[in-house]
Amino acid sequence: MHELGIVFHIMDSLESVAKENSLSAISSVTVEVGEVSTVIPDYLTDCWAWAIKKKELLQQCELVIETIHAVTHCDGCGKDYDTVAHGRICPNCGSEKTWLITGNEINIKEITVPEES
Amino acid sequence: MEKVRILEIKESVFANNDAQAEKLRGELKEKGVYLLNVMSSPGSGKTTTLTRLIEQLQEEMNIAVMEADIDSDVDARTIAATGAKVIQLHTGGMCHLDAGMTRQGLEGLDAKDADLVILENVGNLVCPAEFDTGAVKSIAILSVPEGHDKPLKYPLMFQVCSAVIINKIDVAPYFDFDMDKCTEYIHMRNPEAKIFPISAKTGEGVDAFAAWLRDEVTNWKK
Repeated sequence: MHELGIVFHIMDSLESVAKENSLSAISSVTVEVGEVSTVIPDYLTDCWAWAIKKKELLQQCELVIETIHAVTHCDGCGKDYDTVAHGRICPNCGSEKTWLITGNEINIKEITVPEES
Repeated sequence: MEKVRILEIKESVFANNDAQAEKLRGELKEKGVYLLNVMSSPGSGKTTTLTRLIEQLQEEMNIAVMEADIDSDVDARTIAATGAKVIQLHTGGMCHLDAGMTRQGLEGLDAKDADLVILENVGNLVCPAEFDTGAVKSIAILSVPEGHDKPLKYPLMFQVCSAVIINKIDVAPYFDFDMDKCTEYIHMRNPEAKIFPISAKTGEGVDAFAAWLRDEVTNWKK
């Protein structure tokens, strides 16, 4: 399952961040998911909930998903347009010579950690 | 409310895997081992194509194969019949291999004296394209019955591949497969991609791909 693999990679990254910063717990992680990145946010959340149970560092860690809007650029007319609404053919000039500017990302944006008292 | 502080990470989820893949590639370069990652849909003829390739190249180089599947060892048995060293990897339900799993596979294969290791990735046009395995190059096999529009539907797959094999050209008369359109669509996503029309069944066109791969392996070992 695709989302599970992504979750394992996020967990690995967070474990190295925790090691580097000597963190014992992470409260939340914000992940940016592009609209056309092939990751389904609901599946990602379900996999996350299942996978973190095994990791002490992440047991209380909430997964926050931020969507990145997908935008395509058209080489034919030089304009940008909404990828989800129009796909790969430019709605302005009908050209197929188009490429995705944003929307394919899966990034770990930031984490929050409990303030040491 | 619990007081928290924020740590900015700003890192692609794939960054960690990309770093591992880069490290693996460096080690393979030192050892003079060429790792080829082969991706495609299920049923495109990966295993048959590999069998043909091994027949053509095994006299001149030492070839080993890693078969990645969710389950079963059907493909590994077919490859083993050619005499090549083979290991079957099970991804345990995961839809792709990453650099860590590829490294484990290579260790299990114990192919120190191999010139060419071929990784037959899980049959899937989506996820394997996103994870760098550490291979020197990736190729895709697209078969005629799948249709010439696949490069449009799965653009990333064709973007990351250095070469695309169009397999099953022997049955082209029975399908509405437009080779020119397919070439155009592949080059739209990746202008550098080499395209090799073949029939793994009859052997037609396999020479040209074998020649490409031979040059690749020779250059890598320099």
